[in-house]
This record gives sequence, C-alpha cells and structure tokens, in this order.
Amino acid sequence: MNRLFQLFWTNFTISLCTFGGGYVIAGFMKDSFVDKLHWIDNEEMLDIIALAQSAPGAIAVNTAILVGWKTAGFAGMLVSVLGTILPPLLVLGVISRFYEAFISNRYAALLLRGMQAGVTAVIVSAVTDMILPQKNSVLWLLLAAVACGLSLAGVNVMYIILGAIVLGLAGAWRQVHAR
Amino acid sequence: MLAELFFAFFQVGLFAIGGGYAALPLIREQTVTVHHWLSTSQFTDLVTISQMTPGPIAINSATFVGMQTAGIPGAIAATLGCIFPSVIIVSLLALLWKKLRGSIWWDTTLKTLRPVVTGLIAAAGLQLLLTALFPKGLSSFDSWALILFLLSFVLLRKTRLGAVKVMVIAGGLMLGLGLLHIV
Repeated sequence: MNRLFQLFWTNFTISLCTFGGGYVIAGFMKDSFVDKLHWIDNEEMLDIIALAQSAPGAIAVNTAILVGWKTAGFAGMLVSVLGTILPPLLVLGVISRFYEAFISNRYAALLLRGMQAGVTAVIVSAVTDMILPQKNSVLWLLLAAVACGLSLAGVNVMYIILGAIVLGLAGAWRQVHAR
Repeated sequence: MLAELFFAFFQVGLFAIGGGYAALPLIREQTVTVHHWLSTSQFTDLVTISQMTPGPIAINSATFVGMQTAGIPGAIAATLGCIFPSVIIVSLLALLWKKLRGSIWWDTTLKTLRPVVTGLIAAAGLQLLLTALFPKGLSSFDSWALILFLLSFVLLRKTRLGAVKVMVIAGGLMLGLGLLHIV
C-alpha cells in the first residue's frame, strides 16, 4: 500500500478510537506504528510523545505532526494531520445537529462504556511493553514511578515535563564537565 | 465571522499547553465569556459530547462551536485555527529533533524524558481504569467493565487482533449485554 495513504489511514483510525483524552493515543500509536508497521521504535515513540507534550495544542495533533515528519517528510505531516482532524470534524459535525438526543441515548452510553474498558486495556498493555525491557534499571523505574505518582496527585503535566527537562540538562552538564 | 472563529481557536491552540483538559478553561473563556457563542449549559453539554466522541477535546470544541455559529465553513475555520499554531511550532521541534540528535544535551534530556513520559501514560491508564471500574464513585463497582477489561487485555496480549478491533469487540459486547437486559 502507498506509504502516504497508509499514514493517513492509520492516523484516521487512531483518531477515531481516541475517546476522552491525549494519552489514549499512546497505546494505539504503539500498536500501529511500532508493533504492526515497524516505522518507529519504542524509544522514538516515547520521544515523540515527550516532544508533543512540550508544545502547545492537542497532543493527538502534535503527535500526528511528528510521526508524519518522521516517516514521510512534509507531505507525511500534512496527511497525518488531515487523518487526525477528519474523524472529530465528521462525527461532531453530524452530532452537533442533534446532540441532546445523543447525550441521553442508552445504547450510545452502553457502547461507550464497553469501549472505555477496551481502551483502558490498550493503554495498560502498551505501558506493560514499555516497562518490561527496563525491569533491571532502578533509576528508570524510579523516574517513571515518581512521574506517575505526581500526575496521580494532580500536579500539572507541564511542570512534570519541565522538571524532567531540567533534570536531563543537569545530567548533560555533569557529563560535559566530567571530561 | 469565519475570521473571528479562526482567531478565537488560534488562541486556544496557541496557549493550551499540556493537552486535554488543560484546554478547557481557555475554550470556555473564548466561547462563553469573550464571544457568547455558547451558554454555560451548552458548554457543559460540549464537555460531555467531547468525552463520548473521538478526537482531541480542542478539535471537538472547535467543530461544535463552528457548526453552531456558522455551519460547515465555521467548523472548518475554527478547526484550522486550532491546529495552525501546533503545525508551525511542532514542525520546528521536528526540525530540531533531526538537527540536534546525537548531541549530548538533546540525547540526555530525551533519555530522562522517556521514563517520565511512560509514568505519565501509566497514570492516565490508571485514571481511565478507575473511571471504567467505578463509573459513579467508589460505591459503584462495575463488574462487567472489569470482565471486559480483562478479556480485552488477554486478547491484546495473546492474539494478533490489534487495538482497534479489540476496542470494537469490547464496545459490541457491552451493547449486546444491554440489549439482552443483562446490564
């Protein structure tokens, strides 16, 4: 299949599946771009999410921009963004006409409740795959646990990311000056 | 009108750092306080719809407000405004990524960010799990959600179905249980 079309279609289906928030996309991205297509590796995927999180705007859109550039340059970026914004544009475009009926529909709520359980499994499974290769690295696990705890305690994600950037730069400074 | 929609959501796209719910106060300010495009109760509806439909909350809001105020052209203008700052800023980041890769500053920073991002994703997963299992607070345990979560997890780890199909199966099963009056 044509690479650009595949990029568009993958982003389109991922966007169609991301209910209720940015990080859901991480699970689906790993499933498609790392495990199935092998276009990016696990580390690159985490880099992409870190960069997407450090810039303004929706994480899903930022992630699509980076994946597009990384896998197929400027044209890749354009089709990725298009694939990401089309599903919400189409779905919301239709629903905004009769949204009161949709909000109170019992079957829509049931379908959603089941999909919510499925989405959760996708994220938990992706996190499992990210942690397993690092199971012997104490520092890595400690950093992950601290970030997880801070986020659960309600600390703004932006501050956690900024803290990590400062920590990383300090580490680089030490390495430069140790020589 | 279209230009107003574009620039209102341009500001949302430019200043919403951190994603997702960080954008909500900004969207509220632009659509309810500054421009009076939505009433307070319409804004609450918008948040509910965003949780029930695919896509980022900022894009959903842009489409919804655009449709309500100026139809399809409005939806497109607001959405483009919303993604425009991201396209510019993140493309510059992509360029930096390509240029600075291999430098000790860039590599060490990303090396520190990787476990941190994993932790953040894990936190989001835990929050989702809690919401799925206890939809209305700790006294409302949803055992069917737990069964579907475990089933989806096993399907993901042991079969080659993939995330999208597994999610559709979970949704379909819950709908089926509802139609059979089990849940």
